Amino acid sequence: MRLAPFRILLGLFCLLVAVWLVMPTLVIIPMSFNEKKSLAFPPSGFSWQWYANFFTNPDWLSSFFNSLRVAGLVAVAATLIGTLASLGLSRMKHAGAGLLRAILITPMIVPGVVLAIGIYAVYLDYQLVGTTTGFVIAHTMLAIPFVIIAVSASLEVFDVRLETAAASLGADRFTTFRTVTLPLIAPGILSGLLFAFVTSFDEIIVALFITSPYLKTLPVQIFTSITRDADPTVTAVGTIIFIATTLIISAGLIISSKSTRS
Amino acid sequence: MTARERGAAIDIKGATKRYGNFTALDDVSLHIEPGEFMTLLGPSGSGKTTTLNVVAGFTDLTSGDLAVGGKSIVALPAHKRNIGVVFQHYALFPHMTVGKNVAYPLTLRGMDKPARDRQVARALDMVKMADFAHRYPAELSGGQQQRVALARAIVFDPPLLLMDEPLGALDKKLREWLQLEIKRIHRELGTTFVYVTHDQEEALVLSDRIAVFNQGRIEQVGTGRQLYDEPTTLFVAKFIGESTSLRGDAQTSGNETSLTIAGQKIVAGGKLAGGQKPVVLLRPEKLSLASAKTPLTAGQNSLTGEVSEAIYLGSGSKYQVTLRDGSVAIVRSSLEAAPFSIGDTVDLRWSVVDAKLLADDNRADMTMT
Repeated sequence: MRLAPFRILLGLFCLLVAVWLVMPTLVIIPMSFNEKKSLAFPPSGFSWQWYANFFTNPDWLSSFFNSLRVAGLVAVAATLIGTLASLGLSRMKHAGAGLLRAILITPMIVPGVVLAIGIYAVYLDYQLVGTTTGFVIAHTMLAIPFVIIAVSASLEVFDVRLETAAASLGADRFTTFRTVTLPLIAPGILSGLLFAFVTSFDEIIVALFITSPYLKTLPVQIFTSITRDADPTVTAVGTIIFIATTLIISAGLIISSKSTRS
Repeated sequence: MTARERGAAIDIKGATKRYGNFTALDDVSLHIEPGEFMTLLGPSGSGKTTTLNVVAGFTDLTSGDLAVGGKSIVALPAHKRNIGVVFQHYALFPHMTVGKNVAYPLTLRGMDKPARDRQVARALDMVKMADFAHRYPAELSGGQQQRVALARAIVFDPPLLLMDEPLGALDKKLREWLQLEIKRIHRELGTTFVYVTHDQEEALVLSDRIAVFNQGRIEQVGTGRQLYDEPTTLFVAKFIGESTSLRGDAQTSGNETSLTIAGQKIVAGGKLAGGQKPVVLLRPEKLSLASAKTPLTAGQNSLTGEVSEAIYLGSGSKYQVTLRDGSVAIVRSSLEAAPFSIGDTVDLRWSVVDAKLLADDNRADMTMT
């Protein structure tokens, strides 16, 4: 009981930190319903016009579908490569495995701008700037570490001896993988897939370098729109993306926490 | 088809497994009869589990041959061997119910659902887990999980069942009950069982025959009684049951060997091949204690010692007697025998015919520590 004042102070401090972390995101939501064409805060009036604009303006819609397409392909490619890499790494016995894992994780650690410059330089030579292929390759590279981390966590708690048991019961290696290993690491793979999708969907740095007027992703469109004119449509887009990614990431976290518990 | 005909004979011939410089299995040969319950007994690292893994197909042989039912299976991968395996760690699939776990080998063999359901019910019935078909492994106790694992390993009627210390993770009471269950299931199935354990009591309870492993080799194969009464090596004698071993200066005359221990001379029948140091081995129930005044009967040996421990066991008494050369003898006496107390000077006596003359080997002592 003597500690009560200290506890209240600590609580207030934590609340302050929480507000500080969440505020910039939450400011977007009321702004997206602004009646005037301005980014002023606090907003005045109420209207759905910026949402309507997003769904009718071809610039916004095409960039949105570009992002969906790229992120979808990236999610599949990164999950496939990342899962296979995790399986290989988990079965490697010698010391090289640690080094190899570190190399595969580097895209997550290297500053985005550095990667972007490198990618841009190479893409100019190979005419990959402004192509879906270019976006998918670059984003897959960025997403693979997330898949490896998620799947490796699942493999960490997977009991390899179950594969021996399956073999004794008559299952060949592929059947064992399909009926025993895959179902047990599926939560890790699924959360890797979601993280890969989100990584690509909201990636801006590399995208700004390799974009072209013919292929813009949503984050690029947001950036150019807000630097060219103060179009409040970005706040509506921001709100939509915020809600969508929150849902996807929570799903991923729930799935992966379930898998590590079992 | 009688029960015994369902089991397969196993022939292991010259099985050798090397890992670099380490020899895990050194020229092991073993024949197991169809339907026999064979236990591979030995301390850890003796090669018993390696032998089991070789038969199951989890480990390749460096050299040697392995045949089940007369056919060599060395070249077959594990999943084509059709051998049931029960692991110490259960190895049930956590994402499948008990029923699905047991049905797994049948599904792989393409059995249709009605037949599969029948087989699964039969196997679960046999291990008394029929009411648990819809539970998940995580909802079961260790003993229940191991019974399900057993059902899964026998559901596809393999001619051979391998068990790798299946009761090792369970407490004593449950272990004793499951031993009897395993014995019953073996009788009902007629399958050949190969059972790995380091627990000599478990081996005696379960087995038709026991193969005693030590340092990658088989020391002796025989029934529990043979191993206890007629051990051929000191290692076997010490690993199975309690015993007293006596060492001293040896002399051979005719077909008799005599040992001089701290000035007292004893004799044992038989002699050893040249150059081997003899040990006289005595089982606790073959020894008796007497006060020094009691006259010696013909054909008896006697050594003087001091009672260093006396334990009342209900059915009799157990004594530790420290002999003059410092070695310790273990004696079990019946209730009728005169009681002794700690500190009493006694004569340790036994009939010459009850003593077993064996070659001394330091291997035996190494593994007992």
